[in-house]
Amino acid sequence: MSDVLLNISGVNKRFGGLQALTDVAIRIERGQVYGLIGPNGAGKTTFFNVITGLYQPDSGSFELDGKPYSPSAPHAVAKAGIARTFQNIRLFGEMSALENVMVGRHVRTKQGVFGAIFRHKAAREEEAAIRARAQELLDFVGIGRFANRTAKFLSYGDQRRLEIARALATDPQLLALDEPAAGMNATEKLALRELLVKIKNEGKTVLLIEHDVKLMMGLCDRITVLEYGKRIAEGLPSEIQKDPAVIAAYLGGAH
Amino acid sequence: METFVQQILNGLVLGSMYALVALGYTMVYGVLNLINFAHGDVLMIGAMVGLSILHGLEAWFPGLPGYLQLAIAILGAIPVAMLVNVLIERIAYRRLRNAPRLAPLITAIGVSILLQTFVMAMPFWGRNPLPFPQVLSSDPIMIGGAMISQTQVLLLALAAIAMFALVLLVERTKMGRAMRAVAENPRVAGLMGVDSNRVIVATFAIGAALAAVAGVMWGANYATISFTMGVLPGLKAFCAAVLGGIGNIYGAMIGGLLLGIIEALGAGYIGDLTGGFLGSHYQDIFAFVVLILVLTVRPSGIMGERVADRA
Amino acid sequence: MSLITFDLQHQPQRARINMALLLALMIAFPFFAAQYGNSWVRIIDLALLYIMLALGLNIVVGFAGLLDLGYIAFFAVGAYLTGLFASPQFAALLESLVYNYPALGEWLAALFGEEIRQNGIHLSVWAIVPLAALVAALFGALLGAPTLKLRGDYLAIVTLGFGEIIRIFMNNLIEPINFTNGPQGINMVDPIRIFGVSLAGEAGSQSTVYIGGYGMPSVNAYYFLFLGLCIATIFITSRLQHSRLGRAWVAIREDEVAAKAMGINTRNVKLLAFSMGASFGGVAGAMFGAFQGFVSPESFSLTESIAVLAMVVLGGIGHIPGVVLGGVLLAALPEILRHVVEPAQIALFGEKLVEAEVLRQALYGLALVLIMLVRPAGLWPSPNKEDRPDAALAREEEEAAA
Repeated sequence: MSDVLLNISGVNKRFGGLQALTDVAIRIERGQVYGLIGPNGAGKTTFFNVITGLYQPDSGSFELDGKPYSPSAPHAVAKAGIARTFQNIRLFGEMSALENVMVGRHVRTKQGVFGAIFRHKAAREEEAAIRARAQELLDFVGIGRFANRTAKFLSYGDQRRLEIARALATDPQLLALDEPAAGMNATEKLALRELLVKIKNEGKTVLLIEHDVKLMMGLCDRITVLEYGKRIAEGLPSEIQKDPAVIAAYLGGAH
Repeated sequence: METFVQQILNGLVLGSMYALVALGYTMVYGVLNLINFAHGDVLMIGAMVGLSILHGLEAWFPGLPGYLQLAIAILGAIPVAMLVNVLIERIAYRRLRNAPRLAPLITAIGVSILLQTFVMAMPFWGRNPLPFPQVLSSDPIMIGGAMISQTQVLLLALAAIAMFALVLLVERTKMGRAMRAVAENPRVAGLMGVDSNRVIVATFAIGAALAAVAGVMWGANYATISFTMGVLPGLKAFCAAVLGGIGNIYGAMIGGLLLGIIEALGAGYIGDLTGGFLGSHYQDIFAFVVLILVLTVRPSGIMGERVADRA
Repeated sequence: MSLITFDLQHQPQRARINMALLLALMIAFPFFAAQYGNSWVRIIDLALLYIMLALGLNIVVGFAGLLDLGYIAFFAVGAYLTGLFASPQFAALLESLVYNYPALGEWLAALFGEEIRQNGIHLSVWAIVPLAALVAALFGALLGAPTLKLRGDYLAIVTLGFGEIIRIFMNNLIEPINFTNGPQGINMVDPIRIFGVSLAGEAGSQSTVYIGGYGMPSVNAYYFLFLGLCIATIFITSRLQHSRLGRAWVAIREDEVAAKAMGINTRNVKLLAFSMGASFGGVAGAMFGAFQGFVSPESFSLTESIAVLAMVVLGGIGHIPGVVLGGVLLAALPEILRHVVEPAQIALFGEKLVEAEVLRQALYGLALVLIMLVRPAGLWPSPNKEDRPDAALAREEEEAAA
């Protein structure tokens, strides 16, 4: 079990005339909470989409847990062990909260048509296990009592938690969260922070995109800063806060 | 076996009609991101109205020159078709602008059925195929070893005029600019003061007018029409629009003509190509094969309109 | 909490009672209707087949959210398979083969034997049904494969195109090799024979089927067979719905990108949807061919694809009881109207003002348009989960926070 969980380097991505990512690299150690920040349009979500297989990079090397993985298809990435949430919350609206999380178990389970129709012992056991684990995760993120509520009727904050629970259901090695605090008020952010600390204490490795600097500084072990698709700083939160390039990027300054 | 030139000519005739209908599909798709499944039936309505007008002329103003009769038929069919299409938009599509994409498609299918049912139910139209009055002489004109009828020449001319007029409209007029703006970005167009509802209504109306021309000339060319005549040509015209690049009017014109030629040549040579296994009855397949190929290999079509989805 | 519910998960007792009642009604129906002649039961026989089709299409459109406008192609595959392997047609095929490709033809004819050369192949229902299911499933995957990356409306048109292509082939595969006998279709398709009993009745029995000493009209015998198949279809699709696979389908329908991110191999899962849906169509088609005794291309046009879609949409996309309701309404109602409305018009007005066919089409068109505008989830949509109105929700939040 190596120390380095995610080792990515040399990522380039171009969209027509726009060079969205230039030679971006990131190195996350097991058990870390790693932050990715930068002004709007810096390429944070693009980078996320690349490492989780939604976009094909023009170049880059990708290693998870010492093994190279090919970010060619999102479902393969999930299987390899990276689970993500989305900036714009992408839940399965018509399903209940419990069912949403149960879908998260799909990648670690295997019953197919035969099991569905005949419900033999192994199939029933797997289904019960899926259901139990899903309820467990809902309880873990704090919305256990909403298990049977239709996902689209949950409050915004609860939907964010649900998305995290669903991602956790895939038993990921790396949990990648895209702006989980977006649109939240101070109380909700506090609750989210508690949840993230809880996740960290379980030993999970987390990669986090966020705008809320206070949240990031208090939570992250290390941070990478992107601007215009390039990495302009990397290090401890305290270092990042004082880095002139970072300050200039956020507040505007001479380039 | 007809000569190559003859088949190209046939293809251009067929393709002109496809182009006229494809323009309607592509313009509506451009502003609404919606496939107006009922558009082929607007062609049928145009043909039916044209037929009735010709019968009326025969009864009350016999002896008019053929070209004049057709002109009156077309001029009469256009407003009816426009009205039908505008009503369809108002009643069936407007409320579903923000619904999931499949909803207006399903409604469109329902509208298509209702249009056909309406024609079926009218005693003066009905379920059976109707002969379309042939008001132009059917003496063929010879062009380089190939035959073309007066009706077909008129068809090509009308299609060319209509397409030219459309280009002028879209490129040079205020409404045309508004249409292009709404197609690019409806919200921003709205912020710039463009009333997108009016633009959409205009788009449906113009598409219907083109389809009406195609419908009347279809009847004149093939001498029979029926209440189902619009379904297959409509679908094929959609395939043509995709071939040319959906949302792009030049694409629709090119796609329409190209598909007509592909069908004509295909029907002509398919027997040879498959060693006699498939005959010209399989003509209708070409449009769908082209569609599947285009969507698999180059979804943006010839003129390269972007059709992609972003995460 | 509704009175009429078949929701086994949330109201199991009530659901079971309702199911038992409905089953009893369905079983009693033919005996009751037989007093009025065969036509009513015959209508329901065909309606049951269409309900099977609607349930199959429900997998593709309802569960997985893939708008398939060419679904009737699988019905055609099942029917023509029966036409080819349970009728004299194979003899005609061999004959045309021998005529056009003598060397190959003679060899194959010798292989199959003289008996088949004269009479064709006559497989039993126990072979035809699995064959139809399998071949249809294969076609399902084949037709679904090019659509995997397409967006909703394009997918619809492409599947429509495939449906048309199949129909054109069925209509024209008469030369050089006579597979389908072209526009005339295939006649003398074998009726279904179960445990030695032919459901069309033995010759000279006036279409009466004798089981033991008891006799019933052929349409009644088919009724029970089709009812059984329908129940099996409901059972299987329901099990599929409430399974890992069913959840994967709904996930793809709700948000394909998120589904992929959660590890669902959307390509395979979509292909499964097409295949499974198609297999039901194939079985229904095989039954159709045997029941009618003939198979012709005009039963498998775009109109029929749309009709089946209308049943699913009208009833309640994705909700099995709703789909059955939609099937009943749109398959049986037009026929019933035809039997009632036309004579009524003649009695009242002395002439047929509106033909039944026109009414039927109007019904389908209106169903699609009105449902989408007024009640897009269908007449009988899935009951929502434990949803309570906002006020109660807010109260509950407070209690939980306290």
